[in-house]
Amino acid sequence: MEEVITGSENLLNAPLSDGSGFRLFAELVVVLGTSTKTNDKLDALNDYFSNAEDKDKVWVIAIFSGRRPRRAVSRSELQQWCVELTGLPEWIFAECYHTVGDLAETIALLLPAKNISEKSFPLHYFLEQLIAIEKQDESIRKKFILDAWANMNRNERFVFNKLITGGFRIGVSQKMMVNALAKTVSLNASVIAHRISGNWDPLMISFSELLSESGTNIDHSKPYPFYLAYALDDELETLGLPEEWIAEWKWDGIRGEMIKRDGQLFVWSRGEELMTDKFPEYHPLQNILDDGLVLDGEIITLAKSLSDKIDFMPLPFAALQTRIGRKNITKKQLSEAPVGFIAYDLLEYEGEDYREYPMEQRRETLEKIVASINQPVLRISPVIEFNSWDELKTIRSKSRDIGSEGIMLKRKNSIYQVGRKRGDWWKWKIDPLVIDAVMIYAQKGSGRRSNLYTDYTFAVKDGDKLVTFTKAYSGLTDKEFAEVDNFVKRNSLEKFGPVRTVKPELVFEIAFEGIAASTRHKSGVALRFPRINRWRKDKKPDEINTLEDLKGMLEAYGK
Amino acid sequence: MIGIDGNPEQKIPWSVTIKSDSTTFAFSFPSIPFISKISVQTFMLTFTDKGIYCAQGDFYIDPWQPVNKAVITHAHSDHARAGCENYLCHRDTVPLLQLRLGNNNYQSVEWGESILMNGVKVSLHPAGHIIGSSQIRVEYNGDVWVVSGDYKTENDGISGAIEIVKCNVFITESTFGLPIYNWKSQQEIFTDIQNWIIKNKREGKNSVLIGYSLGKAQRLLPCVKAVSENVFVHGAIWNVHETLINAGFKLPSVKRVTPDMSKEAFKEAVIIAPPSADGSPWLKRFSNYEIGVCSGWMQVRGNYRRRNADAGFALSDHADWKGLLQVTKETGAHKVFATHGFQSVFSRYLNEIGIEAAEVKTEFGEEEAQAVEEEKIKIE
Repeated sequence: MEEVITGSENLLNAPLSDGSGFRLFAELVVVLGTSTKTNDKLDALNDYFSNAEDKDKVWVIAIFSGRRPRRAVSRSELQQWCVELTGLPEWIFAECYHTVGDLAETIALLLPAKNISEKSFPLHYFLEQLIAIEKQDESIRKKFILDAWANMNRNERFVFNKLITGGFRIGVSQKMMVNALAKTVSLNASVIAHRISGNWDPLMISFSELLSESGTNIDHSKPYPFYLAYALDDELETLGLPEEWIAEWKWDGIRGEMIKRDGQLFVWSRGEELMTDKFPEYHPLQNILDDGLVLDGEIITLAKSLSDKIDFMPLPFAALQTRIGRKNITKKQLSEAPVGFIAYDLLEYEGEDYREYPMEQRRETLEKIVASINQPVLRISPVIEFNSWDELKTIRSKSRDIGSEGIMLKRKNSIYQVGRKRGDWWKWKIDPLVIDAVMIYAQKGSGRRSNLYTDYTFAVKDGDKLVTFTKAYSGLTDKEFAEVDNFVKRNSLEKFGPVRTVKPELVFEIAFEGIAASTRHKSGVALRFPRINRWRKDKKPDEINTLEDLKGMLEAYGK
Repeated sequence: MIGIDGNPEQKIPWSVTIKSDSTTFAFSFPSIPFISKISVQTFMLTFTDKGIYCAQGDFYIDPWQPVNKAVITHAHSDHARAGCENYLCHRDTVPLLQLRLGNNNYQSVEWGESILMNGVKVSLHPAGHIIGSSQIRVEYNGDVWVVSGDYKTENDGISGAIEIVKCNVFITESTFGLPIYNWKSQQEIFTDIQNWIIKNKREGKNSVLIGYSLGKAQRLLPCVKAVSENVFVHGAIWNVHETLINAGFKLPSVKRVTPDMSKEAFKEAVIIAPPSADGSPWLKRFSNYEIGVCSGWMQVRGNYRRRNADAGFALSDHADWKGLLQVTKETGAHKVFATHGFQSVFSRYLNEIGIEAAEVKTEFGEEEAQAVEEEKIKIE
């Protein structure tokens, strides 16, 4: 029963090993995933970028900026091969998975330990192979995976599995990776952020090409990094004089960048996904917009406005969801959820980078451009007129009536910055909708919540019955989660696989940003961004809201 | 021999689920007609709301409420509770019980030594969990039951090597009864811990190791002393340490952390502290430090990420999955009750491999609840 693993398996603690390839990458992932200090993570990344081979570095940049190759092997295949190797019954595998909360880690923990060789393939080898076998028969893919596992220690197996299953949330943001890279190659972080954005293929590009100004192929699609606002947490008055600020409505759509260069149109989402093909409505713009134009704005669905101040109104976000995540868009979807682009900033004009011009000036030019284009699909984000902060507060309280989720405040003389920055841009959202509900199901979470019941399903009253209407995973402190976890473990009524039916006793206030009709849920509603607002220890289960209350909200805000 | 306690007041609200072949049925012990459905004709030991009870000998094993006669497997506070009239335990457990429960009527035995209680022969056998930890063997009219208490299969060098005790019925713990719990050898984990300490020293940092004050803390000493002369312990660990030294155990020397010590006293030092110290202001004096948690729960990444530990070492005083299976099989028991942990998974698996098994729901009625409790209770 002794595990025989040579080398340093607990890589957290080990000095860097032979410094080669995949093992080095796996060590990096462990440090990033367990370190609690930002500086340690930056040091680890910096070390990695200083020591790894160039081809591997390109892949690390790709992986940490969301450019993982397509899944060559399905989760169920990985699971099945692991079950075969271990000889365990499938139900035990399922129990393990529910306890660990992560498939990649479960498999790494279950695979039999082996005497592994000291050699370690480079990271790019595995990724190139994963791409190469994507379309191959199961037997070929299986052989590749089993061979790979056979030569890895537990930690390498975990990281390797993670590369396949995705969800590489290991405690490093793209921003942190960019900062470390900037230090390693002595370039400005914003320059790096720009250079690694856009369309590039880790198979085709070298490290120096990726980071050099004049790559051999000029990428016309390359977007600028988005400037993101923090939520306003202080009083409005702390911002200074109202006349120094522009106020706009905040829309609940997809942040997007529209680029026209070299005769081509590109639309990027904030997640750096190229979405041009998903929105045929934009395609006429390819022939209308001038080259060298980049707009920042919101991709939203358009419906007839109910207000005389604004000539459009978005549908609930659920409508937009029917348009994303799909390869082929049907005519029905196009007519039911037509999409527009609400422009609110100008980043490039006539080929010139406009980001250093003050907001006010960018906005003035933007208004002229949008007006001259004069297409219903491209709108200017309306500016809210106000003379005092008090007046703006009154206006904000009516946001929901026009389908907006609050107000954006932008300093008139601000430049367009990179990433999330305080000071010049603020989002000032309306208070969420809330409803009191009782928890009736619980399931164990994943990641740092593994083996803790943290994923809950909530119900409202419908006569003398309870009707589930939403799940929520966030909003409690670690201490509160531990308390609820303890309650779940002591008050389970039934067990269905990983789900526990819990005595309906704990009442929570659920907050959400929007509500829409849904045929998929028993309650008939679907919520936008549901989360736990607070634990209502002061309320008893018979004091919760009713299905009628929910339907009233749907009538008021969800149509 | 009596299967059921005669006093209905002591009847237990909890039930035991027997899974045999594909049929699953639950019964509570007072339901005599069901008992014939399983191969054990009578119950020498029963599960009551005070703990495991032997009616014939009129004693309890690790009771969690005050009783007249308590046989104690080991000195952890979730197994040894205060308030009993008489305690029977291994010789090495006595000073530890004295430390934790004060003066009581303690009777000690050596491993393998037998005591007769109203015809029931009781003996203790090494369990390998912590110093003094024992399995309890109970024999009457040729029927033999063993209560494992907590145990591990690897000899850690201080707790005594586990002895396999042949029996008809085995009541086993199952804290880590899932195959994801497969421990590395003590030597490998010690090497990991030592490398971590050396790395911290190189960076000019102290190393704080979190482990239970009784068991884990003593087990860690030879490991950390090999790489650091500068070893400090929390007061709770110091008390255990002194008790064991006075009882004749040879332990490496350590220094107690006291309030008057200046920050300068801790330079590239190793500090061993109980879980209660984790996250408390008591740690401030060691800054700049890294914190490493030593527990079987650290096998899963989420657990140490949740605790914000810098490092997690899956060093456990419990048997892992393979260890539980090995011991259970080797006892030769034809009937197994699993308790304390993943009992439903472990008992279901035993049934599938042909060993008749049932889960005993704990005081709390839920499988993992016990593990949660254990973590909490051992904090002092």
